[in-house]
Amino acid sequence: MTTQIATQNTGTYLIKGIVLIIAALLLFAPFLFQDVRSLEVAARICIFIVLVASFDLLIGYTGIVSFAHTMFFGFGAYGAAILLKEMGPGWTPVILGGLAGVAVSLVFAVAIGLLSLRVKAIFFAMITLAAASVVLVLASQLSQITGGEDGITYRGPDLFKTATKLVTDDDGKVVRLWGVRLNGKLAAYYFVFFTSLILFLAMLRFVGSPFGTVLKAIRENEARAEAIGYRVVAYRTAVFCLSAVVASLAGTVYAVWLKYTGPATTLSFAIMIDILLMVVIGGMGTMWGAVIGAVLMILAQYYLRDLMGVASEAVAAVPILPELLAPDRWLFWLGIIFILLVYFFPKGIAGTAMSGGAKQ
Amino acid sequence: MNALTETLGQKLGRAGGVNLLPLVVAAVAFVLIGAPSSWVTLTVAGLAMGMMLFLMASGLSLVFGLMDVLNFGHSAFVSFGAFISATVLAGLGGWLTADSWVLNSLALAAAYLAAICFGLVAGWFFETVIIKPVYRDHLRQILITIGAMIVAEQTILAFWGGTPLSVARPNFLEGSWIIGDVSIEIYRAFAFALGAVVFIMLYLVLNRTRIGLLIRAGVENREMVEALGFRVDRLFVGVFMLGSALAALGGAMWAGYETLITPALGGQLMIVVFIVVIIGGLGSIEGTLLGAILVGLMTNYIGFLAPKLALASNMILMVAILLWRPNGLRPAVK
Repeated sequence: MTTQIATQNTGTYLIKGIVLIIAALLLFAPFLFQDVRSLEVAARICIFIVLVASFDLLIGYTGIVSFAHTMFFGFGAYGAAILLKEMGPGWTPVILGGLAGVAVSLVFAVAIGLLSLRVKAIFFAMITLAAASVVLVLASQLSQITGGEDGITYRGPDLFKTATKLVTDDDGKVVRLWGVRLNGKLAAYYFVFFTSLILFLAMLRFVGSPFGTVLKAIRENEARAEAIGYRVVAYRTAVFCLSAVVASLAGTVYAVWLKYTGPATTLSFAIMIDILLMVVIGGMGTMWGAVIGAVLMILAQYYLRDLMGVASEAVAAVPILPELLAPDRWLFWLGIIFILLVYFFPKGIAGTAMSGGAKQ
Repeated sequence: MNALTETLGQKLGRAGGVNLLPLVVAAVAFVLIGAPSSWVTLTVAGLAMGMMLFLMASGLSLVFGLMDVLNFGHSAFVSFGAFISATVLAGLGGWLTADSWVLNSLALAAAYLAAICFGLVAGWFFETVIIKPVYRDHLRQILITIGAMIVAEQTILAFWGGTPLSVARPNFLEGSWIIGDVSIEIYRAFAFALGAVVFIMLYLVLNRTRIGLLIRAGVENREMVEALGFRVDRLFVGVFMLGSALAALGGAMWAGYETLITPALGGQLMIVVFIVVIIGGLGSIEGTLLGAILVGLMTNYIGFLAPKLALASNMILMVAILLWRPNGLRPAVK
């Protein structure tokens, strides 16, 4: 089942087709779904695709389980947030904050990587979990800098203000294109979309490069890769750093879009679980899986709860069922689906579809 | 110079080696704190916390040592133990407030027994349903136990709701002893004593019985024990059930210690339990005890000396120990 064959089958075309459709829907999202909530969902999907894909570099391509991914996401977000708060709105704090986030992430990634990537996968998972939890606690404790549990609210660059008029007609009013006002909100969405697209394409290019091939070799047989002459620890640390940098950049973009940064939106363990669920549901080791997983999970997050509320009312007479079907318990069902997926379809949706086609 | 460090090392080794670390920590803290009475209070609190952490961590460590399985869902047993014992104690409220200490301790014993029984049954279920299909596959083990943890946490939320639950303590464990100007909370002394009893029992089982011999041999070299005709997988189910029961007992004791519990309790303790297991070295209960006591003492001392640092102190301790001994202080797994 080499990649040459795998790229030829129908399953692969199907997955790639779905990803293309998703990309097209996201590109025209502001025009297709004209309400505030949908735009919020679309932007979140864009950012999480990047975040999940960068996590896939670790878990899917290299076989490293890290729980510190939200930590890097948080560094990027807090970098931009703190500077936007201190220096006022503008592009300089965004760029400086993004760079600061990347720098801090790199330092942490190198330190964690060199300290613990020599040990077993399982130790690494535990150490990153501990590191991430300490950063989360620090973020909520150092309230003078990070705003504590409440987080930081600030204003983004002026271009992204809803009041900004991108194109005006003769009367000085905002021009509407297919009923959509061409204002700053639209600019902000396209900033999110194109940054995410560039980051995603860069990662796609990266996994196709010789470096990406070495990573897959390490995942498949570490001892052999080492014997051939690749320095496994160096490669692992490098990919850990790369993935940290991408996560940090995604965090900066998210901070600019949300105009709010707090522990719950960037650092919390719940987000880490979301990322993990997305990458496993979508399919590990295929960049396409990240897209599908992120889209499905975020749609479920926003719309499954409504559906479960209805179901909960429908079974109100049965003892414990309404409790389990309550909208807040959606994670319960996702957890069960997750366990079943790991059992029966460890390759996730994209992986199963792509390899299933190859067998026929 | 070299000879000097060597003889020093030998002397240290004869005196107990890394086992002396908690004493060193306690001595340094004594100098830093200055007031003997607060030092005693903090030390007792640290030891009690350490014993409860030991109960929660020992199962995790043994399970990893024996079968190379790391259970990220271990915290679920801790939370369930805490909530079940709290419910039983609430149900036996009449016995708890009664004036006779017999009824008091009966209620407490019933609560702990309920937690332990749940741990045994849930451990068996967890091992056969969740873990057995993914032996020898670390990545899927981590993923599947995380999934189980999510489901367990949500189940607790569905049954007990998200609001903090207050836990009743039996009358005779309330209050504290006052000796001179030192005050010792009775519950802490009780937690330490109970933990010590469990450790001694575990130690005796592992070192003085045939089953214990098999477990230790299995940790050391599973293939060899299997080749000699023993069913290590059956042994493993037993160890897993025991570990889950101990975690549930630890959770039940922790509930009485905190007196106010939330469903997030398991997740928060899990990080500390992982740090304990990493510091102690996987696979040995002596190492786990050492790690647990170190973490318990450090948390209490630093919490007193520099409250801002308290949360990062365990992390710093772990990094320092891993730099010194990459496999933990007393690992059994080679």
